[in-house]
Amino acid sequence: MPAVATAPFVFTGCVEVRQALQRTASDERELMDRLEEVPPGSIFYHTHGYFLRHRPITTAYGNDFAAWVAVQVRDQALSERLAVVNPFEFASLDALREELVTVVHDHLRRLRAVPRVESGEAFHFQQSYIVEVELGPPATTLTEFRDGLATVDASAIYFHMVEARARLGRRAGDFAEWIRASLGLTELAERIERIDSYMTSLERVRARVLSLVDAELERTQ
Amino acid sequence: MSGRIDDYRQVAPPGAIDIILKLAERVRGRRLLHLSGGRFGAGAAEALAPVVPLLNDVGVDAAWEITGGDPIFYATSTALQAALQGGERALDEEALGHWMEMNRINAKKLQLAADVVVAHDVQPASIVGSRPEGGRWVWHCHFDCSAPQRRAWGMFRGIVEQYDAAVFALPRFGRRLAIPQYLISPSIDPLSEKNRELAPREVSRILQAQGVPQDRPLLVQIGPFTRHADPVGVVNAYRLVKKHHPVRLVLAGTAGDDPESLDVVAELRRAAEHDPDILVRELPPDAQLQINALQRAATIVLQKSVHEGFGLGAAEGMWKGKPVVGGFAGGLPHQIVYDVTGYTVHSVEGAAFRIRHLLNNPEIAARMGAAGRELVRRQFLVTRHLTDYLALLIHVTEGGAR
Repeated sequence: MPAVATAPFVFTGCVEVRQALQRTASDERELMDRLEEVPPGSIFYHTHGYFLRHRPITTAYGNDFAAWVAVQVRDQALSERLAVVNPFEFASLDALREELVTVVHDHLRRLRAVPRVESGEAFHFQQSYIVEVELGPPATTLTEFRDGLATVDASAIYFHMVEARARLGRRAGDFAEWIRASLGLTELAERIERIDSYMTSLERVRARVLSLVDAELERTQ
Repeated sequence: MSGRIDDYRQVAPPGAIDIILKLAERVRGRRLLHLSGGRFGAGAAEALAPVVPLLNDVGVDAAWEITGGDPIFYATSTALQAALQGGERALDEEALGHWMEMNRINAKKLQLAADVVVAHDVQPASIVGSRPEGGRWVWHCHFDCSAPQRRAWGMFRGIVEQYDAAVFALPRFGRRLAIPQYLISPSIDPLSEKNRELAPREVSRILQAQGVPQDRPLLVQIGPFTRHADPVGVVNAYRLVKKHHPVRLVLAGTAGDDPESLDVVAELRRAAEHDPDILVRELPPDAQLQINALQRAATIVLQKSVHEGFGLGAAEGMWKGKPVVGGFAGGLPHQIVYDVTGYTVHSVEGAAFRIRHLLNNPEIAARMGAAGRELVRRQFLVTRHLTDYLALLIHVTEGGAR
């Protein structure tokens, strides 16, 4: 008899309403200045949100800032330094902002001229609002959770593993939290919590969660 | 065009239709009124034609009304839009006053009470001056107004800022405004005559009727015969390619009656007279099926514009599984993922180089074609557009706009 959760898990997908902030950068100094002044939501959009928007193709740069510096400014060194900043390692968006500004500042200190866009496009700062969408039947057992996770829209993986952790203050992520609090499976919850969502696709994150859940189901059956 | 959301399950990404239906539940029965200048042609009309029936199918009370007037009304709104797109136009105060007066008359004839009213482009824009109490008003701009004639923008900005929000296709298409600016990319309808599946036999029949043989690789550019679309640059790129590959070039599109367009067509015809492998085809405005067949018959789709709006021709080509070589202009770099679905280029030589690269490596062309189709499936189909509209409708009615 499988354990029944004390509260059901509701899969929630999401859709972004994107907003242009009317703030732009044409060189790396402007990028640094704007990074200091844009709302935290814009830092989130261009770092964590990258993984929602780029799911059909590879996440080659890790965030929009690194992608712009590489493709439009053609400064590979700064692009590499920005790409390696893992947004999931920071406790707050302001801490992440500080790190990004520091990276650009340290890079500019070593240069005599500020690299700028010549024939490419300026960086346009944006932010987004998330519209939540409840999907599928609620799961009350680990098996139902597994079945729901296997087929749910990829935006739900983003919502529960990225949005919940970085913007909604649920640091463990919704999957791990539900498995721990409602099913009492502490070890499985910890393994899911340790999944590195950076520089991968939402489908790979889904596959990793599924493989951990499958292993748990196999062990208990 | 189908008008039934379930018909799109076969082409939309998995789960996309279920998300649309869930979003629609939250705005079921709300009245959404679209106002535009006409029901035909590119831009707003092409976007609304599939979206409005689908909104109704999922339970939104969506209506689409047209503003109209006399010849001065149409001429003034056309000139104003051209000026907002950066063209030099002499705008007459009296004519602008007449345009606004005609929209006041339009407002009296139309039922403007709605939860959300979306006015598209310039022609109906000033109707916002007659907005009734209640409801949210959004101006949806389908063109690039980032570098307008200053005097025109100075006047028009006062109109736009009477709305609660504006929508642009790209952040750089907008101007500084005191209202929120949302972003919705345009889309293609995969079930329309221009984009629906065609059997190879059907493609051959249509190409035969147009006098386009299929015995060699085809380079195809569809678009207006203007300097902005650069068909002459395409001919020059083709000539560089032709030294190494037995290809045929098809330039198909519409020609305006302005002197610049006539010059371009004359130049293309002269080029075609000296080379039977250059095929110039003037298409009527409703040549959707012919465009579909030409894109499907293409080995490589070209969109080598030097100045462009969003340029959905790239998405159309990618949807047909073709690699696309496009200019670095407008929305093309936002559709073509460099080295993944095609190439953006900055010169005739760059276009020729990339075309040769693809002709020499057909396996890369096939891989890019497949990647392009998947990209369009997720980002540029009408189902994504509908999702964005529903999300915006929820957002602005729940207090998201000004």
